[in-house]
Amino acid sequence: MATTAVRSTGSPKGMPLHLKLRRVERRQKLKAFILVLPLLLFILIGFVLPIGRMLFNAIHDHTLLTLMPRTMTALSEWEGRDLPDEAIYAALIADLKDSWAQKTATAIGKRMNYELPGSLSQVVLSARKASLLTSGPYKEAMIEISPLWGRQDVWNLMKRGTSAYTDYYLLRSIDYQYGPDSQIVASPPENAIFRGVFLRTLSISISVTAVTLLLGFPVAYLLATLPSRSSNLLMIMVVLPFWTSLLVRTIAWVVLLQQHGVVNETLIALHVISQPAELVYNRVGTIVAMTHIQLPFTLLPIYSVMKTISPTYVRAARSLGAGPFYAFWKVYFPQTLPGIAAGCLLTFILCLGYYITPALVGGAADQMVSSFVAYYTNEELNWGMASALGAILLTATLLLYYSFNKLVGVDRLKMG
Amino acid sequence: MEGRGLMSSTNDAFVEFSGVQKTYDGEALVVKNLNLEVARGEFLTMLGPSGSGKTTTLMMLAGFEAPTHGSILLGGRAIDNMPPHKRDIGMVFQNYALFPHMTVEENLAFPLRVRKLGKADTHARIKRALDMVRLGAYGGRRPGQLSGGQQQRVALARALVFGPKLVLMDEPLGALDKQLREHMQLEIKRIHENLGVTIVYVTHDQVEALTMSDRIAVFNEGVIQQLAAPVELYERPQSAFVAQFIGENNRLRGKVVAMNGADCKVEIPGVGNVHALAVKVEGVGQPTVLSLRPERVRLNPTPGSLPNVFSAQVAEVIYLGDHVRTRLSVCGHDDFVVKLPSSEGVVQVEPGAAITIGWNTEDCRALDAP
Repeated sequence: MATTAVRSTGSPKGMPLHLKLRRVERRQKLKAFILVLPLLLFILIGFVLPIGRMLFNAIHDHTLLTLMPRTMTALSEWEGRDLPDEAIYAALIADLKDSWAQKTATAIGKRMNYELPGSLSQVVLSARKASLLTSGPYKEAMIEISPLWGRQDVWNLMKRGTSAYTDYYLLRSIDYQYGPDSQIVASPPENAIFRGVFLRTLSISISVTAVTLLLGFPVAYLLATLPSRSSNLLMIMVVLPFWTSLLVRTIAWVVLLQQHGVVNETLIALHVISQPAELVYNRVGTIVAMTHIQLPFTLLPIYSVMKTISPTYVRAARSLGAGPFYAFWKVYFPQTLPGIAAGCLLTFILCLGYYITPALVGGAADQMVSSFVAYYTNEELNWGMASALGAILLTATLLLYYSFNKLVGVDRLKMG
Repeated sequence: MEGRGLMSSTNDAFVEFSGVQKTYDGEALVVKNLNLEVARGEFLTMLGPSGSGKTTTLMMLAGFEAPTHGSILLGGRAIDNMPPHKRDIGMVFQNYALFPHMTVEENLAFPLRVRKLGKADTHARIKRALDMVRLGAYGGRRPGQLSGGQQQRVALARALVFGPKLVLMDEPLGALDKQLREHMQLEIKRIHENLGVTIVYVTHDQVEALTMSDRIAVFNEGVIQQLAAPVELYERPQSAFVAQFIGENNRLRGKVVAMNGADCKVEIPGVGNVHALAVKVEGVGQPTVLSLRPERVRLNPTPGSLPNVFSAQVAEVIYLGDHVRTRLSVCGHDDFVVKLPSSEGVVQVEPGAAITIGWNTEDCRALDAP
């Protein structure tokens, strides 16, 4: 501060005031920037770049372009009305020969298999046989080797491969795909699962958010109004789940809720039910376990807002003639809305990405988007699909956040 | 003091505390045997240091605290079991407690909506109330967009808009700066006179109490020390606490050596015998505290004109614009203060000068020795 003071007094007398101010502010901004620089670099290198690169996979796929360069060059001239001519088949054979030699035929086959199931084995077969071919006519020979190469839709698929950019993965993620003539059609029922998955993700997230709010709001109110000695104890009990691993808590719910678990045994012993209820490996188990994990995230922002609401507001309302409930509803509750909004937003967004918990306590019909992302990443090795699903989830979340910001205003939120 | 309260109140006591006690922990009484009557249309101030029980008394009247013992009557009806929202008492809080999520108009509409008033009537009342506090153009704003003084006036309007017969104010001017506070004191006084509502006002600021009140109840340690009009309270304090709390005074500790009707003679160690008015002394030989207002002390009086004349030395002179504050050393007591009006300019004192001081018997009150 001392140096800036000296600087500004030493500056030319005619310097406008706003320039002097800007000079001082620039130094402070620079200082602030240097302070956050390490974290910024870490986030950029460890977070933004890898995720950005991964998301790029959703629209970028140059498998065919790089593995079949000759065919792709030849196809760029092709109109797509009839089967390609001899020259293109010649290019195809040359590419297949290369792929057989370089053991990339499987990669080509897998890429084509995404869109035309069953084509993987045909492509590998074609590559092996093509490597033995020495002279033409290539067209007949190829169709002889595999009927695949006599199909218009296969060539249309190859033609789409001439571009490194594809919307195939995104279309699949919302249950559309390409028809035989490269037109966009709805996916057949056996492939059309993703809209359902997104809706399920949304509905589980909404349910969990609603339950945490219903359970958390009264506790937050109690915490905010109790004398500090008892509220401290209660607070420890609320944040206790934070100190336990998420996996442990989820497994604990399996133990509690399973067919001969604590809950069922107790209910049967009390003659509330005669047969064990299905409490786990279904939607009930998923929501119970997720609610337990998310409760503090909803509760704490609400609590922190309630803590700042002076009890004189309700007193004032009472003195003005409002009954206890009316005063609570019209005066106290509206002031807790920023906390409710913050808690619910936090929980909702975290729920959208749940993966482990539904996998452990949910049934087959309770898997959320993230588990499909994991499936495509780890098992199918179809990173295009994984990225497309992730991109849609991220976009939906950002849209939600944006509209929330427009409606409520994030600067009014209190995260705790 | 109880007798005094009854004497000055009219027949129709609007608020009546009888034998009210309050304890929070079951051991110490915050309010001890409170008996107080407030007349209809009166402006009564409860004045006292913090922890003296004045706010607790107000909260019991508002219904936010229940008396541990005794009962409170409002308009002749016991309200002990009446919840706050049925009492029809307007209240202004220390930090205004304006609802931050509502505009000024919505704040004012709140008590009217609760009472299910018609739209036109509601509108008219809000307008009247806002005009009364001179904030007619601010109806659409939120409390956060108003200055402290404006918020205070909105709080006042809100407490009055539904036409309560009784309005309670809990240190409503405490958060304002001095100039604004003085302005608001007059404003509240004007509103009180115009509307004729009964106001019970809590403050720890004695100037505020003196400015606004019809009567002041001085609280200390859960007991009303004195209940009287401002003039009475200042001129004739009944106890050493009241004398010290209201205005400035010189305190001289001594022992009563002789009593003669209303007068008594008190021996002050190191000073000598002083003639004083026996207000609250227990008898000859008992300790007492003499209370003497700084502005009632004469400097260099004509010999023989006053019954009490002593020699003193000027220790300090502070010029304060409207008056000169002079600290004297009187026979070893060096905290004796005298206020001299600066306009007169007759008595010029210099630090270190030897002078004489004197005062009348009536101005020197012999009070209890706490």
